[in-house]
Amino acid sequence: MNDVKLMSENNNSSKRVIVAMSGGVDSSVAAALLVEQGYEVVGLMLRLWAEQGGAANRCCTPDAVNDARRVANVLGIPFYVRDYKQVFKSTVVDFFIDGYARGVTPNPCIVCNRDIRFDRLLKEALSLGGDYLATGHYARVRTATDGTYQLLRGLDPTKDQSYMLYTMTQDRLARLLFPVGEHSKSDIRQMAQDKNLPVFNRPDSQDLCFLGPGDYRSFLQRNAPEVVQSGPILDTAGNQIGEHRGLAFYTIGQRKGLGLSAPQPMYVVEKIVQTNSLVVGTQADLGQSRLTARQVSYVSGQPLLEPIRIKAKIRYKAKETEATLTPLAEQRASLIFDQPVRDITPGQAVVFYQDDIALGGGTIEQTAG
Amino acid sequence: MPTKRSIYLDYAASTPTDPQVVEAMLPYFTDIYGNASGAHAQARASAQAIDDARHSVAAVLGCDPEEIVFTACGTEADNLAIRGVAWAKKQLGEGNHLITTPIEHHAVSHTFNQLCERFGFEQTIVPVDSHGVVDPHAIAAAIRPETTLISVMYANNEVGSVQPIADIGALARSRGIAFHTDAVQAAGYESLSVNSLNVDLLAISGHKIYAPKGIGILYVRRGTNLLPTLTGGGHEMNRRPGTENVPYIVGIAKALELVERKRDTENLRQRELRDKLIDGVLNNIPGSQVTGHPTRRLPNSASFVFSGCEADPILMHLDLAGIQAASGSACTTGNPEPSHVLTAMGIPHELGLSALRMSVGRQTREADIDAVLEILPDVIEKVRQLNPTYQMMS
Repeated sequence: MNDVKLMSENNNSSKRVIVAMSGGVDSSVAAALLVEQGYEVVGLMLRLWAEQGGAANRCCTPDAVNDARRVANVLGIPFYVRDYKQVFKSTVVDFFIDGYARGVTPNPCIVCNRDIRFDRLLKEALSLGGDYLATGHYARVRTATDGTYQLLRGLDPTKDQSYMLYTMTQDRLARLLFPVGEHSKSDIRQMAQDKNLPVFNRPDSQDLCFLGPGDYRSFLQRNAPEVVQSGPILDTAGNQIGEHRGLAFYTIGQRKGLGLSAPQPMYVVEKIVQTNSLVVGTQADLGQSRLTARQVSYVSGQPLLEPIRIKAKIRYKAKETEATLTPLAEQRASLIFDQPVRDITPGQAVVFYQDDIALGGGTIEQTAG
Repeated sequence: MPTKRSIYLDYAASTPTDPQVVEAMLPYFTDIYGNASGAHAQARASAQAIDDARHSVAAVLGCDPEEIVFTACGTEADNLAIRGVAWAKKQLGEGNHLITTPIEHHAVSHTFNQLCERFGFEQTIVPVDSHGVVDPHAIAAAIRPETTLISVMYANNEVGSVQPIADIGALARSRGIAFHTDAVQAAGYESLSVNSLNVDLLAISGHKIYAPKGIGILYVRRGTNLLPTLTGGGHEMNRRPGTENVPYIVGIAKALELVERKRDTENLRQRELRDKLIDGVLNNIPGSQVTGHPTRRLPNSASFVFSGCEADPILMHLDLAGIQAASGSACTTGNPEPSHVLTAMGIPHELGLSALRMSVGRQTREADIDAVLEILPDVIEKVRQLNPTYQMMS
């Protein structure tokens, strides 16, 4: 917990915190920690759009609602459920489908955080008299010496979710608490057990919360069949060497499942949505040295004026790589990596770090050798 | 969690059990516990208590004690009435056509739907007007030679509109059709005199009249052919088997006696509070309107819609301020939909999602109404500010 927000219990007791609860371990312990810290805590669960028949541990199933309600009862806090189905569908799910229709690989969680959780829900929390909104994200908020808020990685490197939160702004961070970001996942599970929260052994959610049975590919087949049309597989010289089942089925850098009989291993290097073509190449074609990003934002709210050295994360689970970040016009930026990086994927977010601080990020637009 | 105050305005959903009712029930848990069917002192004491309760209820309804059947809840009473009569008459070859309204409680409407969708019955759902009131002439027009049962609720649970039960009852009787009314919401406020109402079947629930949850009453007019929905022993004169729930039967009888005794004074008092609430809302909150009939409504019922609002955040704001109210929309399974009642009254979809019901009761005081009127305008304004469409409109 950051220094400014963690005050004595007496001060906290006059502060109301709305906790976004999912019925999972992390948000349940987040609520428990806030109760311990003396806040007036209110549990709120969002009902989001989802396909039928998904995994049982998914958020906002009737089971998850019951779990969250039981946790709220154990903690003695009020608990409410809000229906955000429509806005979630039109904002997040449609964005996800549109991304695949445009041949990119979208990250719906980032959009959900930007436009649902930390926009609409945050406004609702403040409207309810909340001083803060808290979630179970593994990230931290710190006040710098100049009074600005910084977004920091969660302390557990295997669970850090700061990547998903790079769109946070000063206004938002001033109102956010991430109580579990100070702890490791195993500690959080232990706390859930110690506090007798009835969800301590609930498995972690793995996939996108709105998917029904199967993965995102079968989701697209059911919900946007027009996005998954078969087409040609081309080599880097433009010769057709096979047929693909739909661009959405492949990710940049993918090797398996291409159905090619080539003398050397072949990898997906590009998707050309205009011609519905999948371009494959050898390992030598994979590495990219630069990218441009659009919709670039900085947590500080201060636009970057000159190039800086950063560590970049090009996917949620990617290793960080050293790069130089250069601001461009129209909220764009370019990144030049010290070493070529594999699997840079348009549509995914690139997030900029210095040490533990997430400076900001943007959406990957183009890559270049 | 420090609760600053608690203002309960959801009496239409449930009521606290009257302490006098609790007191009347208590001996029947630990002192008098015999099975009323037995042949010993304990059994006789239980049987006596049930008999007294039956007489007491019959006195309120103006009927014979033998016409009273105790059930486990209002829903069961409705089910027994509808299924019991529909099946009995069908087996006698009298017909399979049923008439009802679109504003019934699910205990009635879902029973009708199942009979029609699964068992070959047919139903006509006679529309209501914009005040949520059904026209007896429209009921008359829906009658067919094979009509066996008409079911119209006495007063609506969401908007409080009171239906012309006696007129519909007279009509049904003149055509030889059984008439059932779900009086769960009306009990305690409207006359339950079954002969003036011309009803053959009337259902009451305990927890709406300051008795506990888990007990109901069905009035069955003598001579009404009823096929029991439960089979078992011969309890309740072969109409509802199951060992009698003696303490709860004692409780509901006591509660009914008490509400009936206090009815005139409480109606007057609660109507005054309710009117103050309605006037205060209409005068202080732009874009608010009352749903249901302006005058022919239960004295304790105030129901509203507010343009540009969703009901759930209103309820959350009120609850956090210690005020307990209800919405008129059902969101138990998924997408929020306006209630079937508001839809049947022709209230537009968006507006229907903003329904707020506040129902006063015995413990409500004027200070409670003042507190609500102080907070609610601000709550509505806050909820509207969150609604992007409303901001564009204003």
